[in-house]
Amino acid sequence: MIARLSKNVLPPLAFLAIVVVGWGLVVRGFALPSYLVPSPVAVFLEAWASRSDLGHASLVTLAGALCGFGLSLVLGTAVALVFAQAAWIRASLFPYAIFLQTVPIVAVAPLIVIWFGAGFPSVVLVSFVLSVFPILSNAVTGLVRVDPELLELFQIHNATRWQILTKLRLPHAVPMVVAGAKVSSGLTVIGAIVGEFFAGYGAQTPGLGYLILQSSGQLRTELLFACVAASTLLGLSVFLATGLVARLVLARLDEPGRRQ
Amino acid sequence: MERVTRRKTNATHSHILCRVNDDNPGLIVESRQVGIRFPSGTLALHGLDLGVREGEFVSLVGPSGCGKSTFLRLVAGLLDPTEGQLTVGGMGPIHARKTSHSCGFVFQSPTLLPWRTVQENLVLPLELEGMASAARRVVAEEWLERVGLTEFAKAWPAQLSGGMRMRVSIARALASRPRILLMDEPFAALDDITRGGLQEELLRLRAEIGFTTLFVTHNVSEAVFLSDRVVVMTGRPGRIQGEVAVGFGGCRDDDLRGDAAFASKIREVAHLLKMATP
Ligand SMILES: Nc1ncnc2c1ncn2[C@@H]1O[C@H](COP(=O)(O)OP(=O)(O)O)[C@@H](O)[C@H]1O
Ligand SMILES: [Mg+2]
Repeated sequence: MIARLSKNVLPPLAFLAIVVVGWGLVVRGFALPSYLVPSPVAVFLEAWASRSDLGHASLVTLAGALCGFGLSLVLGTAVALVFAQAAWIRASLFPYAIFLQTVPIVAVAPLIVIWFGAGFPSVVLVSFVLSVFPILSNAVTGLVRVDPELLELFQIHNATRWQILTKLRLPHAVPMVVAGAKVSSGLTVIGAIVGEFFAGYGAQTPGLGYLILQSSGQLRTELLFACVAASTLLGLSVFLATGLVARLVLARLDEPGRRQ
Repeated sequence: MERVTRRKTNATHSHILCRVNDDNPGLIVESRQVGIRFPSGTLALHGLDLGVREGEFVSLVGPSGCGKSTFLRLVAGLLDPTEGQLTVGGMGPIHARKTSHSCGFVFQSPTLLPWRTVQENLVLPLELEGMASAARRVVAEEWLERVGLTEFAKAWPAQLSGGMRMRVSIARALASRPRILLMDEPFAALDDITRGGLQEELLRLRAEIGFTTLFVTHNVSEAVFLSDRVVVMTGRPGRIQGEVAVGFGGCRDDDLRGDAAFASKIREVAHLLKMATP
């Protein structure tokens, strides 16, 4: 445990320390103005002073991200189930699913705000649009790419479509959906922040996205840095938490059967 | 009474030499001039005549790509012949599959579901058929004991050796009491010792409960060791080149492999196979 910790956690922390020290030295050495690049100490002091604002904003953003994530999981899997029904459905609809992956989110977000109004639902939707694709495409692959001999086995024993779905395709897809969810989890936070850029709930309940806009508008660069740090930490926590849940789910469902 | 039927590679005569009788009620599989052309244009089988009697163990050997797996799929009712007539238990194979448990199938890989335990895998066909779980448990216990895997009932497939997985696969195919057991090179991926053990186990199971088997292999000695009849197919489009009646009876063991009669049967099959391979 200690050994693993020192192997996985210490090196990145050491690297961070070097970067922070280097950053401090550069700011001081070139006498950079604080609105351009604040010193690490100034950022830390600002973050500490605004800790309740930052904490609250992080929670607001987290709520948007988690709802977007939930929507991605439910709708992504549901749409994948439709896609899995027939090759012609996949052929005609999958290009539009890829559209979700390639369309620049900053172009779509304003549209979503126009259609759904400024506020929480739009934030959730932007987060959903950004994070649904990995879950959808992995779920489709998991549902479709089952061993053809296993399909024949089910056919020989006159399995119904429903039996093939519940006893073969779905269990086969679970680990792939979980892998897709891990990729999506990082994207949901980004989606929520971008969503807040365009659909921020205003000064009453500001999320990190709104706080970023506000601090850059007021040239409070220390706060902006602190927001960036908070966003990163939030994304990282959601990603790590998802990884942990994924591990538990997989251990429950198919440990150790999956490692064939 | 060891009878060898050899045949020239002349398709027009083949159905006469390997005729299957209408008035033979013991035929489980009856194939008359069966052929199949895939939508891709490949003619995989053409003019294939074969009868498999109740309780018989018939092996199919032939050049690779000659349509052996395709024939098993036809019998299993997974494909429909485009030529000739094929019946399983007197019905068309697809009808036979839909109305009764006509076939048990064993593939080259054990095709177990990795998220199910050994026991859950074993009774999958019965579960699909709608058998109640209490009844399934009884069948599972019976079969686990029969193939010596009782203590692995709750194990995952990944925890078993290749030979054990194949035993589960065979038990799964037999547990639903099919009219015919179809095996497609089931032991090809196993090492020699495991393969020998499984061959003997298969003979033992057959002596115990008696079932009809159509067994595809490219291993001539395996075919002779296991079968009542070894049927040799021609290259694609596959049909019957000839057959060798083995006739070693029910009690075969490892000693048979060293026997001179055994070696001579192998030579006969190998000779037919050589004629079949262009
Ligand atoms: N679904 C299919 N579609 C088109 N061609 C096929 C299909 N299945 C098998 N074939 C072709 O039919 C021939 C016989 O295949 P197969 O029965 O697998 O041979 P064997 O089992 O004797 O090696 C091969 O040439 C193969 O490429
Ligand atoms: Mg084959």
